[in-house]
Amino acid sequence: MSSETNGTATKVIQHYKVPFSLRRIARLYSAQLGILGVFVTLWIIFIVSAPDTFLSGRIYSAFMTSIPFFAIMAIPLTIVVIAKEMDLSFPSIMAMGMVAFSFVYDGTAMIGSTTVRVFLAIIAALLAGTIIGWLNGFIIVKFGIPSLVVTIGTQFFWRGAVLVLTSGANFPLTYIKQTIFYPILVGKIGGYIPMQMIWLIVVTIVGWVLLNRHRFGAHVYLTGDNSNSAELMGVNTGWVRIRAFMLIGLISAFAGVLYSFFIAYFWPSLGDGYLLNTLASVFLGGTSVFGGTGTILGTFLGAFIIGAIEAATVAIGLTGFWTQLIYGFIIVLSVIMHTYLRKRGE
Amino acid sequence: MDECRLELRNVSKSFGEVKALEDINFQLGSNEIVGLLGDNGAGKSTLIKIITGYYQPTSGEIYFNGKKVDDLSVPKARELGVETVYQERALAELQTLWRNIFLGRELCNSWGFLDIQRMRDETHRLMTQTMGFTSHAVSPDSRVGKFSGGEKQGVAIVRALFFEAEIIVLDEPTMGLSLKETAKLVNFVKGIKEAGKSAIFIDHNIFHVYNVADRVVVIDRGKVAGEFLTKNIGVTELMEKMVRVAETGKFD
Repeated sequence: MSSETNGTATKVIQHYKVPFSLRRIARLYSAQLGILGVFVTLWIIFIVSAPDTFLSGRIYSAFMTSIPFFAIMAIPLTIVVIAKEMDLSFPSIMAMGMVAFSFVYDGTAMIGSTTVRVFLAIIAALLAGTIIGWLNGFIIVKFGIPSLVVTIGTQFFWRGAVLVLTSGANFPLTYIKQTIFYPILVGKIGGYIPMQMIWLIVVTIVGWVLLNRHRFGAHVYLTGDNSNSAELMGVNTGWVRIRAFMLIGLISAFAGVLYSFFIAYFWPSLGDGYLLNTLASVFLGGTSVFGGTGTILGTFLGAFIIGAIEAATVAIGLTGFWTQLIYGFIIVLSVIMHTYLRKRGE
Repeated sequence: MDECRLELRNVSKSFGEVKALEDINFQLGSNEIVGLLGDNGAGKSTLIKIITGYYQPTSGEIYFNGKKVDDLSVPKARELGVETVYQERALAELQTLWRNIFLGRELCNSWGFLDIQRMRDETHRLMTQTMGFTSHAVSPDSRVGKFSGGEKQGVAIVRALFFEAEIIVLDEPTMGLSLKETAKLVNFVKGIKEAGKSAIFIDHNIFHVYNVADRVVVIDRGKVAGEFLTKNIGVTELMEKMVRVAETGKFD
């Protein structure tokens, strides 16, 4: 029995082709199709109830301007949650990255060129975010403390560090407007498509490739699904989780840079108010808090649903008071839908 | 004397104050099936996890093919040709079949990008040729969580075979299997012998072990209590000795 089965990794074998079947596709991609259904349904409701707003290009330009700032962080957060971890500290990392930015900018005054100084400052911000993410992961893995608890702590710590290091001061960043980085990061293509939207798409594609086509992503799914099995089969689950936290640290710092460039101003409260939107995007998109399942496309659509609801409630003619109620309603309904789809898919 | 595929010399393992294994000496010859017997908590699983690199011994030495190996880890053990079918099966149940077959050993290029097509092709081939999955409900993209106990065990075994294993470790492989599935498994272990490989076979059921093993090693309270060649001892006698060891710690 075993003679023909012993290791034939190199032997040429017949390609396995799947017969086309709608049912199979529906089952495999149930989570994505589910959230796509919610997305399209809401969109149609918006268009029907406020056609003037939702049939004009301006609203979409506005969405593409504001949504990427938190949607971009929801992508690496999805990876963290699939690995069965949680991060609540990313809003503070946004601000801490900008503190590193301003320190390096101020500290390099001897360099004449503003462009070089801003470039170094951006690198410093990204590096600071990555290091803080590494530290989150290190504490979680090394001491075996649940990430929810650790990142509640580090969230306070880094926000506190921002306030101490800047003495709580806000300041303008007008100088960035003279550099090439301003149009690259937050300019507008053809006066319509904001660059932050392009960056969101780039991060989304890179996130999707990492998660679905790279060994790292395979190990993220395995770690979140059953870390004991993964360990027994030789996956270094600790390092997988640390890298996931480094990724969200990096992207959070980048989001902080994007937003600060957009308003050309630094606020020590940078990132406040993004926590729940970002988390909601991930769960709305069908990623399970129990780990092991989740998709990047779901999160991407989830973020746009979250971002559109506020504008939509007002456009439809309801007062802003309704926004949170509708948020809550859609989030709870979607999570119920995802749980149902998951049970059926198993 | 033939070179041992695997040898443990004076291996001990403590978890804090608890001594799980004490001065274990263990050999596995080439093309030999060794049965590992012992009561619950005797230290069988700890011994296995040392061999597979999951635990590092507190003291003692490990030799593969006569060469000493330091700092054995799971990836290192797999490179040395140790494949394990764990008691807990070590599957990721929410993931697809092909991801489970290649768990921890994904086929990828030097940049780490996965060769998904090849993994699915190989999985399909293994499924139809080796696992005997003929049902159309099971495909490389099926999630393992909905498989039956025997099918899950099949996945764990096929996975061990795919990677040119020299030593196959089977930790309680018959647990939760039906009679038919168990018979299939025992045949499979005999197949390992015919293919010229070595195996370590752990099972609660002495009859299963006795039927396939060349040699039986009895572990009791973290020590090797004794070993017997199955051709020199009857199964009833072996059973009596096992009970006596469990009660008194001695064979006679």
